[in-house]
Amino acid sequence: MTENLNVFAVRTLTQKEYFAPGHRACQGCAEALAVRLVAKALGRNVIIANATGCMEIVSSPFPFTSWRVPWFHVAFENTAAVASGIESALKVLMRKGRIPHKKIVTLAMAGDGGTADIGLQALSGALERGHDFIYICTDNEAYMNTGIQRSSSTPFGASTTTSPAGKVQMGQITWKKNMPAIAAAHNIPYVATACPSYPIDLVQKVKKAADIEGPAYVHILSVCPTGWRSAPELSIKLGRLAVETGVFPLYEVERGQYRLNIDFPKLKPIKDYIKLQGRFRHLTESMIDEIEKRVHQEYEQLKEKAKKGV
Amino acid sequence: MGKRVGMEVSIAAAEAVKQANVDVISAYPITPQTHIVEHLSELVANGEFDAEFFCVESEHSALSVCVGAAATGARTFTCTSSQGLALMSEITYIASGLRLPILMIISNRTLSAPLSIWNDHSDAMSIRDCGWIQFFVENGQEVYDHVFVGYRLGEDRNVLFPVIINMDGFILSHVIEPFELIEQEKIDQFLPPYQPVHRLHPDRPVTMGAFALPSIFTEIKKAQEEAIRSSIPKILETWKAFGDMTGRYYHPIETYKAEDADTLLVTMGSCGETASVAVDKMREEGKSVGLVKIRLWRPFPFEAFKEATLHSKQLVVIDRAISVGACGPVAAELKAALYGEAQRPSVYNFVAGISGRDVTPSDFIKMVDKAEIEIEKGNKEGYEIYGVRG
Repeated sequence: MTENLNVFAVRTLTQKEYFAPGHRACQGCAEALAVRLVAKALGRNVIIANATGCMEIVSSPFPFTSWRVPWFHVAFENTAAVASGIESALKVLMRKGRIPHKKIVTLAMAGDGGTADIGLQALSGALERGHDFIYICTDNEAYMNTGIQRSSSTPFGASTTTSPAGKVQMGQITWKKNMPAIAAAHNIPYVATACPSYPIDLVQKVKKAADIEGPAYVHILSVCPTGWRSAPELSIKLGRLAVETGVFPLYEVERGQYRLNIDFPKLKPIKDYIKLQGRFRHLTESMIDEIEKRVHQEYEQLKEKAKKGV
Repeated sequence: MGKRVGMEVSIAAAEAVKQANVDVISAYPITPQTHIVEHLSELVANGEFDAEFFCVESEHSALSVCVGAAATGARTFTCTSSQGLALMSEITYIASGLRLPILMIISNRTLSAPLSIWNDHSDAMSIRDCGWIQFFVENGQEVYDHVFVGYRLGEDRNVLFPVIINMDGFILSHVIEPFELIEQEKIDQFLPPYQPVHRLHPDRPVTMGAFALPSIFTEIKKAQEEAIRSSIPKILETWKAFGDMTGRYYHPIETYKAEDADTLLVTMGSCGETASVAVDKMREEGKSVGLVKIRLWRPFPFEAFKEATLHSKQLVVIDRAISVGACGPVAAELKAALYGEAQRPSVYNFVAGISGRDVTPSDFIKMVDKAEIEIEKGNKEGYEIYGVRG
């Protein structure tokens, strides 16, 4: 996978769009781009269960839809359970000969709030039960759809409407929940992180997740100009910086084996990433240093795991 | 004539789910519903029943799995009680709004606090307005029968609603009763495999669960409301077809010695059978008392209810739940149903038998006597909690 990253071969992707244009996502929404790439990776033989959130709202105002594949929205916290139902129905209906046998991928999709907060229980249940499905968390690091409220996936220091930078508190006071590690702790066959700034890597991971039997979890960092207070035209750049500074390393955990997809001998200074985002505007030098220290520490731990292969 | 056997009601309910060829079952254990899921797991584990069966991590997920599976075209089943129902209540509304014909058995149990595992209807009342077709049954045979009735009805293309069978926890769920089991061939004829109008499948992509702006929401709700109201003829038709097959005919409102009675006891669920014993005793004493039992709770059978009660002088309504700060929810409903009538009976309301407290025939007699005295005194629309000690 690493070797392909240098070949920025977006043109090898299908021209077909399964997530149709004309949806209502904000300018520069990297989440919409991530979803578009996921849909391209999976093609037409897929059924999507989508949690309440940005992607649901921008794509399905009745009677319109952006979806050219079967798509289902039920509620906020139960997407993994809904996907479990879809997957088991496909299995039993094929077994009983009521629908023809063919490979149909069940995809559950939710944001960071729908995954790391309210949907965590349903996700854990579905991973433990071992359904053959892909769960994708498009992580824009806050409840953006309802107006930028903090989630447990919001990074330390980020100012949101419920973790504002005030006189005594400097934005989010807790550290981002490590969802990929939680998913991996379920001993599922495949966990990966991805970012639409690395489209080929993302597509390949989603394809791999589809091929693997059993649950697969893909955590996609999705830059949100509206919530991050960043310029819409910088979304791709910010995604790359998140990876290059070590804030969001691209890695896979395949049957328990960690693999770092791109290893940087020297990480870029975290300031390069933070300075482009209004949500971090209030941070002092010492807080930035503190964040950098922690990022480096976690990056080293990850490298260590990758080296040992565990 | 089917096979007659003695069986625990929960086991018979599970046998019915098997006979109905359900495809996906998802549930979470809670007292007093557990025996249903235990027996279903046993049937699946022994290879006697070909279904996808999941014990999920919560009731919220149990119903969510059913919603996902039903949208994909599977026949689905879940069951719960009390706190479990409260936890899944969010999804009950969605299942109806999406018009997915899921079947759920509720072993009715009280809602905390204080924690109590025993029977009453407070769980069912908490989701009264969720838009499911809701039955209250009186005995085990009715539970078994309504599994087939429920699926055939809910899956009818002119209906398409999820269906709840309310059965009293413990009082029904844990007792052994005689059952007349229906032959499989007859059931297969009565209940062919589910053929959804739309299903999630790549061959015909559909978007389900789109959100509605205020400009269209009211119209969608109106359509749902119209659809459930106009399902009453379909419900009657399904009961008729079932009766023709088994000889057991059901009605939205069941009556017992009610035609000429001045005073009518009104019950829902298993206490109807006990009340009928009380009615016999009171009749022996020359009292003009009869019994009205509500079987169909939603859509509410206004016409049938009025037909059964308008001739009487007073209704003594027994509620197994409290709308705290108001009165019994069934009584409130019945008062509203009768309000438009110039000549209407008084409605005296007792809350009785909550948290599994026994209601015996003599309790019914005491309640009727008390109501008659109170109404005589002019307290025509009284409300009280029966049998409070101290």
